[in-house]
Amino acid sequence: MSALLAAEGAASPSFPILSAVVLTPAIGAIVVALISKRRPEVAKQAAVLFAVFTGALTIGVLALFKTHGAAFQMLDHVRWIKDPEISWSLGIDGISLWLVVLTGILFPIAMLGAPPHHDEKSFYAWLLLLEAGCLGAFLALDVFLFFVFFEIVLVPMYFLISGWGYDERKYAATKFFLYTMFGSAFMLVGAVSLAYLHAKGGPVTFDLRVLAEHQGVLAKTTERWIFVSFAIAFAVKVPIFPLHTWLPDAHTQAPTAGSVILAGVMLKLGTYGFLRYGLYLFPEASAWAAPGMVTLGVIGIVYGAICATMQKDLKRLVAYSSVAHLGFIVLGTFAITQQGLEGSVLQMVNHGVSTGALFLLVGMIYDRRHTREIAKLKGLQKPAPIFAAVFTVVMLSSIGLPGLNGFVGEFLILVGSFLTQRWWAVVAVTGVILAALYLLWAYQRVFHGEPDADNATFRELKLTEGLVMAPLIGLIVFMGVYPKPVLDRIEPAVTRLVHHVESNSDHREPRVAHDAERGK
Amino acid sequence: MEHLIWLIPALPLAGFAFLLFFGKRLGEPLAGWLATAAVGGSFLATVGVFVTLHGKGEEHRQLTQSLFDWIPVGGLHVDVGFLADPLSITMCLFVTGIAALIHLYAIGYMHGDPRFSKFFVYLNLFVFSMLMLVLGDNLLITFLGWEGVGACSYFLISFWHEIDANASAGKKAFVTNRIGDFGFMVAIFFTFQALGTVSYTGIVSGSPHLATSTATVIAAMLFLGACGKSAQLPLFVWLPDAMAGPTPVSALIHAATMVTAGVYLLTRMNPVIAVSASWIPWLIAIIGAATALFAATIAVAQNDIKKVLAYSTISQLGYMFLAVGSGAYVAAIFHMVTHAFFKALLFLGSGSVIHGMGDEQDMRRMGALRKLMPITAVTFIIGWLAIAGVPPFAGFWSKDEILLFAYDKSPVLWFVGLVTALLTAFYMSRQVFLVFFGKPRWSTDATSEAEQSAAEVAADADEGGHGHGHREVHPHESPWLMTLPLVLLSGLALVGGALNLPFLARLKFLDSWLEPVVHLGEHRETVGSGMTVGLAILATVGALVGIAIAASIYLRDRRDVAEKVEQPVLARGWYYDSSISAFMGGPGRKAFDAIAWFDRTVIDGAVRNVATGVRETSGKVRLVQTGYVRNYAVGVALGAVVIAAFVLSKAVS
Repeated sequence: MSALLAAEGAASPSFPILSAVVLTPAIGAIVVALISKRRPEVAKQAAVLFAVFTGALTIGVLALFKTHGAAFQMLDHVRWIKDPEISWSLGIDGISLWLVVLTGILFPIAMLGAPPHHDEKSFYAWLLLLEAGCLGAFLALDVFLFFVFFEIVLVPMYFLISGWGYDERKYAATKFFLYTMFGSAFMLVGAVSLAYLHAKGGPVTFDLRVLAEHQGVLAKTTERWIFVSFAIAFAVKVPIFPLHTWLPDAHTQAPTAGSVILAGVMLKLGTYGFLRYGLYLFPEASAWAAPGMVTLGVIGIVYGAICATMQKDLKRLVAYSSVAHLGFIVLGTFAITQQGLEGSVLQMVNHGVSTGALFLLVGMIYDRRHTREIAKLKGLQKPAPIFAAVFTVVMLSSIGLPGLNGFVGEFLILVGSFLTQRWWAVVAVTGVILAALYLLWAYQRVFHGEPDADNATFRELKLTEGLVMAPLIGLIVFMGVYPKPVLDRIEPAVTRLVHHVESNSDHREPRVAHDAERGK
Repeated sequence: MEHLIWLIPALPLAGFAFLLFFGKRLGEPLAGWLATAAVGGSFLATVGVFVTLHGKGEEHRQLTQSLFDWIPVGGLHVDVGFLADPLSITMCLFVTGIAALIHLYAIGYMHGDPRFSKFFVYLNLFVFSMLMLVLGDNLLITFLGWEGVGACSYFLISFWHEIDANASAGKKAFVTNRIGDFGFMVAIFFTFQALGTVSYTGIVSGSPHLATSTATVIAAMLFLGACGKSAQLPLFVWLPDAMAGPTPVSALIHAATMVTAGVYLLTRMNPVIAVSASWIPWLIAIIGAATALFAATIAVAQNDIKKVLAYSTISQLGYMFLAVGSGAYVAAIFHMVTHAFFKALLFLGSGSVIHGMGDEQDMRRMGALRKLMPITAVTFIIGWLAIAGVPPFAGFWSKDEILLFAYDKSPVLWFVGLVTALLTAFYMSRQVFLVFFGKPRWSTDATSEAEQSAAEVAADADEGGHGHGHREVHPHESPWLMTLPLVLLSGLALVGGALNLPFLARLKFLDSWLEPVVHLGEHRETVGSGMTVGLAILATVGALVGIAIAASIYLRDRRDVAEKVEQPVLARGWYYDSSISAFMGGPGRKAFDAIAWFDRTVIDGAVRNVATGVRETSGKVRLVQTGYVRNYAVGVALGAVVIAAFVLSKAVS
């Protein structure tokens, strides 16, 4: 690692901020692991310090980011293996920017908002390693490096679920690990065959930009098969119907911090993968697969919502709602329109904020009541009105109420996908009805009514809990009222991606009618 | 005032934000006064804009103000902008005016409630959302307000959330409205694809070039949205339940303002309806007329004082849709305004009665209240005459105008409207006679407890709710905070018709005022003046007949006849709502359960079976690894033989 860092310093004259973003939590994990087991409070402080510092670095990346740049920025490139050419190659554009910032913000919040009940040291070490893996996956510009990061994250998450989870944590963790490994195996085969077939006997490279920008080297059918191998890995990760059943188990059994990160960040590795290693790497195959992917996305929206409605466990309900929300992102991605794609990128961030906040709140409910069963909760709004108010705002964001963040993403996805996949978009709108149904019904059963003896003493939101929730609530409102700064930075990269797909496939973004006023 | 349009919604928003954080500290009644002041200020700002607008030439009566880009993505450009034109300012005037009065009333009505300040937080947020809805310069800002008022409606219906029925009613309102919102959203998508814009100015200029099919889909989808928000068939079921909210909420949200949003939306989009297929206006008119009649029949048999008014609101909204379908947009807005006056008045009056009766809502336990609540009684009677369509009260003029256009569209529609008018006069008279006239049916002392509770048992078996248990009742007039708004509103209900008097063209203020907004869609009625007068006389006669029948039954206390009128099928709303609930709770829920079962058993079952299969296979394969060297030696020997055989066979060939 240190040799790598030294080489990095020599390679680029300016400060390699993206490498710093990835390596800070990794170093943090090592440091925390070295702290004595008898000093858990030191471990926590160190971990939070590293996470906050990483968050500050991602904000720094945001500040350095050139708003109107469509290409990758802040490139770091260090050769790792010469032949086949594999590099420590990092870069950022409008598509990954907000996911990186989201990761930077969400980790310290998860650490502060959901501390473990035992074995603090290793808990925080795993979390920091997980953060490094997620950031690396979002920033990697090398297919092999991406694969490494994509796999690394499984290990800490496995230990987080099996070590700090609830009653059936072993089952859930194993299921999670095997299921995602199964998907990734396809991607490894796909990645290797892509690199070697693309080389055509010449020097083999895993450089994403080389592979993506030189299209038409592979035969169409070959390319489609390789796309499918990547798509299986991402579909498990997202997850897309019918590969989703690991998710409710993993979410329900994971400790709160694990659920927050799993929903907030890790699922996005799948949707991000579809954008970067789907549309960008295989534009023709993606356009070819679009109708099928859109169909699966819409099924996920409706199916996930219906399953969510019937759940008896509050956390499981939120997990199924993720299946529905991620269905929207898949729909917007494979609609391949400016609005749909921008909406998808935005919705990844929105979902991270809203669902992360929902899991934190559900975790707080569990800590107070030691149950997540909806039937055992009742009338919590009476003893805890502020808690209920915070829950309401997050819930309305998840329902897609205009003025809060969820609406902007959902609307863009729907209006964008309407242009290319009209009837699927119309079916997807029913998901908006169902979202109101399952969340409001759950809210009614948990918060409304006269509380019984067990629930009447439900503790109100503490100041520290409020401080953890405050940034999330702030983001929910801000991104709903004024999403422009976010959208402006996403737009150039998405425009470039749409052109990339159009120039390499038959796909054409439909033009909407001329708007006489548009110039104003 | 041109640049101060933003103040109109900003003031209630500021009130909301301030009360959200400091409301509890301000406490009662200061929080209420602050909220009232915010809305009052908004009313003054609206008056300012109105004066500016009115001072301009007719073709320049359109002010726009854009605050910032909201959602700019590619060809989609949505800003947070306002459009002040005759239509939106008319809406703003009555919304802020009535809202201010209802805020004032609520200070008295919510007195002593532990969540006093929270009530005003929601109320201010509602007014803000409603103003965004009407002032937005594009469909998406209107949708923002549309959803915002829906959310506030949800909060306020379930305001007393400890009672399960209130919580259910709030949820039902939101979810039912979302079905309508489905239509609204799809309409936005079609509009954007066809016109490349969602701004109203763009829609007005682009609509003449719309293909008929596109315009038809947009109009039909918008109408679906309107049916949800404005409680029309088949989506009206949430509104009667919404009466679970505090009475000021029923008056403001579920009578005067929010529920008229659907009518506003269709009026705003009249250029699109004008180019849609001809069955769209027919559909709107028929649904409107059918809803008007349907809800009126139900209102006849309700015993809850607020339920009567709820069904009456649905019925009156039906009139407005009948007007829209008949191309009478001005008449629809006219009736919307007068209805806002008299229905707000009636709801607030009923709230005053409920308040004075100690939270009693059953009209069978009221009676003879006019002497004990004189101000409430007089103002309620004015409201009654206005809604019944008795000249010269406000409702007569606006309803008459709608019936006139309906007659021009089809005499059948007119006839349905006339029967509805008769029924309206009947059920409203019934209410007034039951509440304010006749003998008192409440008891002030404990002597008649036995017979009272016997009657109550019977009544509860019949009604199934609102049993408040037996207690002493001491009816009294409400404080001035509550009666003052009643008096002011009754004044408006008395003279509101002056907005659009039919005698001279000069007197038709609303007609000329709204002309620039509706000229693309407004129908020119062709009924002769003699016929006009004849129809007006018929309508008046209908109203008087309705009142007379009600008087002969309820003033004389003819219970036997009353029982024949108040059929159980009507009292239960033609079993419409209960059928839907039974379906949702029965087959609907079973279907959802089946899908959840499918997920557990089939989808996840497949995954688990694969895992089990792998484990079992590997379990068998594992048996090979016995740990005995002799077994491995045999294996090695066998392998060596096979390899040797292979090599030999190659060598030989």
